[in-house]
Amino acid sequence: MNKKPEDIKVIIATDCGSTTTKAILIQYDEEKGEYRQTHRGEAPTTVEAPFEDVTKGVLNSVQELAELSGRELLDEDNRIIKERTENRGADIYISTSSAGGGLQMMVAGVVRSMTAESAERAALGAGAIVMDVIASNDHRLPHEQIERIRQLRPDMILLSGGIDGGTLSHVVELAELISAADPKPRLGIGYKLPIIYAGNKDARENVSGTLEEKVDLVIVDNLRPVLERENLGPARDKIHDMFMEHVMQQAPGYKTLMSWTDAPIMPTPGAVGAIIERVAKLNDIEVVGVDIGGATTDVFSVFKDPEDEKPVFNRTVSANLGMSYSISNVLAEASLPNISRWIPFPIDERKLRNQIKNKMIRPTTIPQTLESLVIEQAIAREALRLAFIQHKAFATTLKGVQKQRTIADAFDQSGTEGTIVNMMNLNLLVGSGGVLSHAPRRNQSAMMMMDAFRPEGITRLAVDSIFMMPHLGVLSEVHSQAATEVFLKDCLIFLGTCVAPVGQIKQGKDVMKYSINFPTGTEEGMLKQGEMKLFKLGVGEEAEAVFEPQGKADLGEGKGSKVETIVHGGVVGIILDGRGRPLMTVPDDKDARIEQMLGWLENLGVYNMEELRALGKA
Amino acid sequence: MAHAYTPGLKVSSKIRLQKRRILPLKGEVTVKVGDMVESETVVARTELPGKVTPVNAANILGVPATDLMNYVLKKEGEMLKKGESYALAKSFFGLFKTTLRAPDECMLESVSNITGKILLRSKPLPVEVKAYIEGKIIEVIPREGVVVESWAAFAQGIFGIGGETNGILKMVCNAPDEPLTPEKISAEDAGHVLVGGSIVTAAALKKAIEHNVKAIVVGGFDDQDLRNFLGYDLGVAITGSEDKGITLMVTEGFGPIPMAYRTFELMQKHQGQKACVNGATQIRAGVIRPEVVIPMRESELSEELHVEAGSLKPGTPIRIIREPYFGMLGKVTELPSALLKLESETKARVLKVQFDSNNEIATVPRANVEILET
Repeated sequence: MNKKPEDIKVIIATDCGSTTTKAILIQYDEEKGEYRQTHRGEAPTTVEAPFEDVTKGVLNSVQELAELSGRELLDEDNRIIKERTENRGADIYISTSSAGGGLQMMVAGVVRSMTAESAERAALGAGAIVMDVIASNDHRLPHEQIERIRQLRPDMILLSGGIDGGTLSHVVELAELISAADPKPRLGIGYKLPIIYAGNKDARENVSGTLEEKVDLVIVDNLRPVLERENLGPARDKIHDMFMEHVMQQAPGYKTLMSWTDAPIMPTPGAVGAIIERVAKLNDIEVVGVDIGGATTDVFSVFKDPEDEKPVFNRTVSANLGMSYSISNVLAEASLPNISRWIPFPIDERKLRNQIKNKMIRPTTIPQTLESLVIEQAIAREALRLAFIQHKAFATTLKGVQKQRTIADAFDQSGTEGTIVNMMNLNLLVGSGGVLSHAPRRNQSAMMMMDAFRPEGITRLAVDSIFMMPHLGVLSEVHSQAATEVFLKDCLIFLGTCVAPVGQIKQGKDVMKYSINFPTGTEEGMLKQGEMKLFKLGVGEEAEAVFEPQGKADLGEGKGSKVETIVHGGVVGIILDGRGRPLMTVPDDKDARIEQMLGWLENLGVYNMEELRALGKA
Repeated sequence: MAHAYTPGLKVSSKIRLQKRRILPLKGEVTVKVGDMVESETVVARTELPGKVTPVNAANILGVPATDLMNYVLKKEGEMLKKGESYALAKSFFGLFKTTLRAPDECMLESVSNITGKILLRSKPLPVEVKAYIEGKIIEVIPREGVVVESWAAFAQGIFGIGGETNGILKMVCNAPDEPLTPEKISAEDAGHVLVGGSIVTAAALKKAIEHNVKAIVVGGFDDQDLRNFLGYDLGVAITGSEDKGITLMVTEGFGPIPMAYRTFELMQKHQGQKACVNGATQIRAGVIRPEVVIPMRESELSEELHVEAGSLKPGTPIRIIREPYFGMLGKVTELPSALLKLESETKARVLKVQFDSNNEIATVPRANVEILET
């Protein structure tokens, strides 16, 4: 890009998601002397037939931008106009991409129940979908295994096998098998298929010799160096990095798109991560951000290292959790009862299952009815919850220092010891992605984030107004002033503050005494276990508050210790969440569960309650 | 969103198809360019070396390993029939004999006078690739496979289960909205590709498998039944290798949904002809759809159907692909430009549609319709 930053007045930015391509127009307001986001257009991403070209969706979204803004942005040859005049063209065009969708892997190991299983765990831990496990003893003949690799077209293969100093021949045979299959990237463009070798270190040379020419081979530490110990960290991290760098952003037509942009295309999580890190740094706070897309859910966090107080940034991409292509996997991972618990009306299981699958096969549809919306938001809660569990397991203080698992805890998937994520220290929780940014009511976004992330103590909540964090992330690389101005004025919408005492108190007992000095007067009272309350406090407004947790309840200063603080308002307000942490259990009785859920939703103004209750009677 | 979604499913009365048929391992191509092939014609084959079975021969025969060679009746590399003896030792002046016989047809691979073992190698395992569709060989990829070309009627589905198969096409439902129930299937349907209407029930699918039906092509299928059928919840739509004794192609989606009339009509037209079906599906960037191919031997040149998608105009025939009007067909009557608040309170660009079934007019988001190719 040759233009000087001061000459850039009109910017087009797109984000090519797996499902939707979003375009925004940023213009410099000469009178006010600032950059603002002025218009937004979107179109289905065109990675499927009959187009199979991501640029078509880009042009459709820019065309919508042109129609809405009245500015001519495409020329007669359907190219983005890069020479600006008063009502025509833009100075620069930039883009991010996650159009390639989720990560679908194959793993291979010598013994199905040993190294192959460890490899499978490493891939699952990295947020991949494991399509098949190839093992020397899986009772399939070599040609069947080769056929399977060809048929499945994995995005990546993790090859393991042998403890250090163990079998060579079996590992090399597996490498030969992969070599014979000659796997090609699914989209067949410009890069070789990534293969990670994490097996017997003595076989590295032989594996390299067999595979180097055909694939993009990366060697990491053995994921099972001795029989009794797993070391999944290095393989897991490498899967993650390779996915971000090589697979996610690729899509049919990607090469053409690259030739259009004025800055290198960034993978969407890279761009959103850059913005989240910036927010944390600017305000010296601890932040969690999430971007929930169609194929992946990306979580970002900045927490201070307890030892030296230095901020540590972590990013995870759960390539198996999302709201369209991966929606069915959310159902498979979370299970139906976990999704149903967030739906405040009875629903036929068959119908619910069919709705979820139909969203998977027709990913660009939107909920027209309240019932569809509530179901989609219930699924989103579970996708977010699972993605955050994965993030906590990943987020350690130092990149590269990983916990080594012994055979005894190799089966424990829930352990998050050693995580740097401390929800009590969290200052700000930011949500982005279609289901959070485009929720018809912001209260819905707040509720989804609270249910999924379960913030503890006092936490501010915010959302990306119309889903533009990826665009601003890439813009910050080329024009940081424009990116910062638009981020602060148009992107970040503060929802308010969540006040959630930690502790498990008996239902109906006192949890926290509160006194909040709102501009309209003081609100005082007692929050009971299981209650949720909402008080209006607008954007930019603050209120002095005194919270007195009761008994074993803790708001960050210790059990039963008083907290005096300033709370910040937002489009939703101040939410007192008395459901306890860990979150109180859902009643087994369906009617009791629905009644409880309806109570929370009503208190927080999440849906049109009349219509919601009518759904229960229908 | 001004642009309508279309899954781009191709349904064509005549199309020129090419299929690459490649061996998993290098081998021999058995046909040449210009050859006409049937679905079952083997176009390429290779052999996997058979399994090696070590026999502790010296021990069994009761002879020293160093002398083993003297008791072996066959030469290394010689083929053995099942039960044929390949080693013999006599003791007590020939009164007792110990004979080693081939457990199966195999080759005597080697005899070791150090370990005293004889290695038997089973017959090589043939690996074959069939043509899958009837047609003409237009390219040979030496030692790997071929490209088969055929003129065919062709329909893609939205989702499928199971791999390649073929059979005679048979309509078992009279209308696209008629469900395929067990009583519509009988023993006579063995080897057929059955075409149903709106949904195949779990019981009908079970009966079809019992009667050796090759494939079912139908409008919809219940996800609950899919879960029971597969034995697990399908996380992502990547299928094709399920070995369930049948191939299933769903043309419209999950739940009871009438099969698109054009697809139904095409199947009806070709009833009694051979159809090749593949359920393999991958819904992700680089999509793969299930398909029915009905090869035609004599080609009258005809234009391949050109899919025009993404342009909505008054009069455009559409199908609604989300609740509350899921599966209904109609025509666009109006395309208001302003965003409209839906029942869900979502603001979206909408269109007005007049339904074919009852002439009623409804408002739906543009994102929730697909254009019916004409």
